[in-house]
Amino acid sequence: MPARNDPPYAAPDAAGRFGSYGGRFVAETLAHALEALTSLYETLRDDAGFRQALAEDLSSYVGRPTPLYLAQRLTAQVGGAKLYLKREDLNHTGAHKINNTVGQALLAKRMGKPRVIAETGAGQHGVATATVAARLGLECRVFMGATDIERQRLNVYRMELLGAEVVAVESGSRTLKDAMNEAMRDWVTNVDTTHYIIGSVAGPHPYPMMVRDFQAVIGQESRAQCLEAEGRLPDLLVACVGGGSNAMGLFHPFLDDAGVDMVGVEAAGLGLATNRHAAPLNAGSPGVLHGQHTYLMQTDDGQIMETHSVSAGLDYPGVGPEHSHLKDLGRVRYAAATDAEALAAFRTLNRAEGIMPALESSHAVAWAMQEAARRPASDIIIVNLSGRGDKDIDVVAGLGGDSAP
Amino acid sequence: MSRIAARLAQRRGEGRRALATFITAGDPTLDATVPALQALVRGGADIVELGVPFSDPEAEGPSIQRSSERALANGVALADVLQVATAFRRVDADTPVVLMGYLNPLLRMGYEAFAKRAAAAGVDGVILVNLPPEEADAAQTTLAARGLDLIFLVAPTTRRERAEHIAARASGFIYYVSLKGVTGARHLDVADVERGVAALRAVSDLPVLVGFGIRDAESARAVAARADGVVVGSALADAMGERATCPERIPAALESWLRPVREAIDER
Ligand SMILES: Cc1ncc(COP(=O)(O)O)c(C=O)c1O
Repeated sequence: MPARNDPPYAAPDAAGRFGSYGGRFVAETLAHALEALTSLYETLRDDAGFRQALAEDLSSYVGRPTPLYLAQRLTAQVGGAKLYLKREDLNHTGAHKINNTVGQALLAKRMGKPRVIAETGAGQHGVATATVAARLGLECRVFMGATDIERQRLNVYRMELLGAEVVAVESGSRTLKDAMNEAMRDWVTNVDTTHYIIGSVAGPHPYPMMVRDFQAVIGQESRAQCLEAEGRLPDLLVACVGGGSNAMGLFHPFLDDAGVDMVGVEAAGLGLATNRHAAPLNAGSPGVLHGQHTYLMQTDDGQIMETHSVSAGLDYPGVGPEHSHLKDLGRVRYAAATDAEALAAFRTLNRAEGIMPALESSHAVAWAMQEAARRPASDIIIVNLSGRGDKDIDVVAGLGGDSAP
Repeated sequence: MSRIAARLAQRRGEGRRALATFITAGDPTLDATVPALQALVRGGADIVELGVPFSDPEAEGPSIQRSSERALANGVALADVLQVATAFRRVDADTPVVLMGYLNPLLRMGYEAFAKRAAAAGVDGVILVNLPPEEADAAQTTLAARGLDLIFLVAPTTRRERAEHIAARASGFIYYVSLKGVTGARHLDVADVERGVAALRAVSDLPVLVGFGIRDAESARAVAARADGVVVGSALADAMGERATCPERIPAALESWLRPVREAIDER
């Protein structure tokens, strides 16, 4: 953990490197588009007009700020530290993903690109992209693994209602990583007319930095809200990690606060010992995929492994490069929750608080409940409730999760 | 002089264009690869590119994606590809061999270990689709120390200043990507290629080979007239995929597919 007099956290560098992670490992055809996007973003992020437009969209369209909610019954039930939930599920479209798509849509407009594409796992990022595309009159195509289309039907229908074209990706493991490959192929082909809205803090520079900045509103609000409610900063932040955008958004504004611990919760699937999980920071090793150097789930031969998680949004063999850096620095700790633990937490939060979390977010809730029980009542924990769980009802019902706990 | 430089200088001296072919090692089986490479050389290939299969081939169209999947279904790893290269070198001392693929398998083996084994296998160069020059220092230094060329790609979207930067560090040849798209795309525009190659010639004396989207003798002829050579791949992957269950028929099919391409680029 940094001491008080450490220099402020400043990653990435100009080449998009977070320590030895990140970078821009892409086919040459995309190099110019990424350079142009980087310089546009670097200009606009300090531009008063752009910041104003973004702030207005976040308040009047997305519905921000979202509440920081004290989960009193859950806290009492767990019997330990105070549990606050950052209610990203209350955003328009039901997850944190729209914080990023609103920002990137403004960039697409500025670049004069009439078409946007996206990859999606759970469908939340696809819905958030289709939503901003509808609002700005942009053509929209979303790539989604065929397996994910099966398990997230509701979101597929939503995207189509919003006027987006949903393309089923049948290659590889038919999940999020394959959707991202296909989106890159589309982008290479249509780079002149198309902006690729990546949905997490992953991919080539500038995406990990840019998406983090758009999501940092989560942490900025949480910080102010916690100071307001408690008169001090929290002791611990907890968020689930797929690509890592909701976690980076919560963590980033606190990185220089030495007293604030942070834990990212990966998907342990059927268990970390089984190889049927999606936890590269817990059980992977560094490599290059989708334009970034980062922790990956890979074989001894450097092939990317198929992953498993009950939640489509966490079912990804890589992770945003900044998390790899924060792991190696020891600034953030990475834990994992299994499918079964997430399902149990899904049920618990419904019954205790009348809140239905996304299965992704349920991983963070599951781990935070265990940790809260180990901590004194004077401790404050903020859990990022990254999305709502309506989209997961079919999966949960199919697994018997609708029966009483 | 390296095999790549020697072969390209020879073709230049003869006033002929070079023909490079791409097939994936281990597609459809490891045993099929050396006979396939020999057949391509008989059909007129000057340089053979040997694909290293990868689980996530971001820049490939369906034909080469499927060839990679067929190889991976056999468990083909980078170490196997190097063995195939060794076996080919035993029966062909002259034809340059270039490994082509994605960075991660090399990274996993380690640049030093890879460079050593590749040089020992008689490999001459490496093309890494997702390793742009900004990220390539360590790989290029390590490969060069073993006499291996790291071959860079230039695309229609590459701006002049960047092309100069790439040209300054390129060796072997420059691979010009003929179109905005994936391998096997069907929207090749010869006038665009002509402009792109001319722009590249303004900043580099290295031979320029053009690939992506060259599917037959006609497109090969048209592109070869405007460059130092052409690369064909997706059409070969299709020919191999069609014969995946009868690999003994692959060599003859590849040879007879390639011969008219060779003739077309030689006639121009
Ligand atoms: C509700 C929700 N939370 C979390 C995630 C995981 O993404 P990230 O780790 O980028 O926040 C997703 C992705 O689909 C999601 O829908």
